[in-house]
Amino acid sequence: MKILVPIKRVVDYNVKVRVKSDNTDVDLSNLKMSINPFCEIAVEEAVRLKEAGVASEVIAVSIGEKACQEQIRTALALGADRGIQIETDAQPQPLAIAKMLAKVVDAEQPQIVLMGKQTIDGDNNQTGQMLAALTNMPQGTFASEVKVDGDKVEVTREVDGGLVTVALNLPAVITTDLRLNEPRYASLPNIMKAKRKPIAVQTPEELGVEISNSLDVLKVEEPAARSAGVMVESVDELIEKLRTTAKVI
Amino acid sequence: MTILVIAEHNNDALKTDTHKVVAAAAAIGGDIDVLVAGANCGAVAEQAAKLTGVSKVLVADNACYEHQLAENLGLLVADLGKGYSHILAAASTTGKNFLPRSAALLDVAQISDIIRVDSADTFARPFYAGNAIATVKSNDSIKVITVRTSAFDSVEETGSASVESIDNAQDAGISSYVRSELTVSERPELGSARVIISGGRGMQNGDNFKMLEEVADKLGAGVGASRAAVDAGFVPNDMQVGQTGKIVAPELYVAVGISGAIQHLAGMKDSKVIVAINKDPEAPIFQVADFGLEADLFEAIPELNSKL
Ligand SMILES: Cc1cc2nc3c(=O)[nH]c(=O)nc-3n(C[C@H](O)[C@H](O)[C@H](O)COP(=O)(O)OP(=O)(O)OC[C@H]3O[C@@H](n4cnc5c(N)ncnc54)[C@H](O)[C@@H]3O)c2cc1C
Ligand SMILES: Cc1cc2nc3c(=O)[nH]c(=O)nc-3n(C[C@H](O)[C@H](O)[C@H](O)COP(=O)(O)OP(=O)(O)OC[C@H]3O[C@@H](n4cnc5c(N)ncnc54)[C@H](O)[C@@H]3O)c2cc1C
Repeated sequence: MKILVPIKRVVDYNVKVRVKSDNTDVDLSNLKMSINPFCEIAVEEAVRLKEAGVASEVIAVSIGEKACQEQIRTALALGADRGIQIETDAQPQPLAIAKMLAKVVDAEQPQIVLMGKQTIDGDNNQTGQMLAALTNMPQGTFASEVKVDGDKVEVTREVDGGLVTVALNLPAVITTDLRLNEPRYASLPNIMKAKRKPIAVQTPEELGVEISNSLDVLKVEEPAARSAGVMVESVDELIEKLRTTAKVI
Repeated sequence: MTILVIAEHNNDALKTDTHKVVAAAAAIGGDIDVLVAGANCGAVAEQAAKLTGVSKVLVADNACYEHQLAENLGLLVADLGKGYSHILAAASTTGKNFLPRSAALLDVAQISDIIRVDSADTFARPFYAGNAIATVKSNDSIKVITVRTSAFDSVEETGSASVESIDNAQDAGISSYVRSELTVSERPELGSARVIISGGRGMQNGDNFKMLEEVADKLGAGVGASRAAVDAGFVPNDMQVGQTGKIVAPELYVAVGISGAIQHLAGMKDSKVIVAINKDPEAPIFQVADFGLEADLFEAIPELNSKL
């Protein structure tokens, strides 16, 4: 079976972004960019399914400007077999991304689409669910365990109250949570090998998807800053402050 | 303008998340209907009818909705939602699961995690782990929205809405429920706790969380954790506070042995009062703390417990 892994290029998780002074966007110039951590977990899971003999091919797909080929190369170095880049400078919103991914699903016919539950930049947590709806696939979101069994997959999901396990007919969409696995580091030989793996480039027009974003961003601001606090010297002083100054206990 | 709010519940009781989503709906303005989809969920509908500001409660009581499977609920909400100007759900793991499906079926965007309503089409939402707040205007005919419940106060229960049952079973037949392992706790849930005490990697193991539980019980607090504490297996996943866990804003948040990574701060920095207990004076958590105590937690927590 084929596994399709949509991945996104995002600002590295260690970077604290700043808002541009004209309040139109965040300033991403000269910041370190990486593969979204949840997408990295998705690649790792797909590669493990291939190593276990469950999957036959792992395809990484990313939608974005040319530079997102770097993140596709990262996925190839982790063990994906080939890449697809859908090249666009427009910043598509989740619904448009899901529509493009649905076209790739049509063409590639994967049995599983493994992707991140959310990106650490957009924080939308939508794309996988939207893709599942558009392709009429079931979904296992926020996965902490994935077990393929014949024409079904069992997914254990991290939910607010604990864990819930669902059984999904294949093909299915699975979105990853933090506990699904710990991604490996790409070895130098694998990084070299990845350079020779193919990346096909397509455009939204070729897929027949028009990118129309229905949400306008009017402004982007810094969150309200917290006023400076104080250090206390002892547990007694802490209790006293909480009782009489803050009045919260 | 009529707004559809999807109730959050476990078939027996309504969750307070719904009270907060109704508050967001009231800020938008217009009539408010609440959909209770579940199985044998009549008691939930009764409760929902009491929410202040609600005109009508729709009950879809069918076995196919028992476990809130996204495939089925997504279809139902997309079908009913056609007649509404807005569809709102909590940004809980349930809301986040089914609502984007409904949005895609309706061919509209979803606005995730709103923290403020500016007008009927303009909302504020955080992104980049809460380091930026975007004001977003929707041009869609139906606005599909998840609400960050920590940013809204619950409505009261002074209403008496009509309750109408609807016969609309949307069984997609492509997924099924297998089992659940839900955490049972006597302590308040993180989403509604007035006080939260959270432990991080500094706690060293799961047993040591008992120290925090003792303090929590004296304060009527919920107990949370950092990702590092969950990953290390000290505590279950539903205790994780942060960008990719639970977002909380209690009156008092006490962070114990937590360094204060961006991703953790994203989940708690809107708390009214923040206390940090950490032995490292350089820990970034002190930058957001109202009261910081530089101390070894294994001395400070037992002392705190004995003096409360
Ligand atoms: C003011 C503002 C500025 C923005 N600036 C930028 C920007 O400079 N660059 C930018 O890229 N976005 C930017 N965005 C975000 C953008 O508009 C979309 O919201 C975002 O690209 C898609 O949503 P998400 O990443 O939050 O999706 P989520 O639904 O959180 O993503 C879940 C999963 O979907 C998959 N996925 C998501 N996007 C892609 C993709 N492009 N290719 C392949 N798989 C994908 C991944 O598997 C990911 O883990 C900005 C948003 C705002 C509001
Ligand atoms: C994609 C992604 C998503 C993430 N999402 C989240 C999230 O939702 N929530 C989250 O919390 N993190 C999240 N993280 C992880 C985050 O980056 C940090 O790694 C994590 O928050 C660190 O947890 P910690 O503070 O407990 O551990 P550490 O950073 O190791 O800090 C431990 C602290 O304990 C202190 N300490 C140790 N011993 C003692 C003692 N005896 N007395 C007093 N203090 C002591 C130390 O001084 C230190 O400051 C995410 C990361 C990624 C990449």
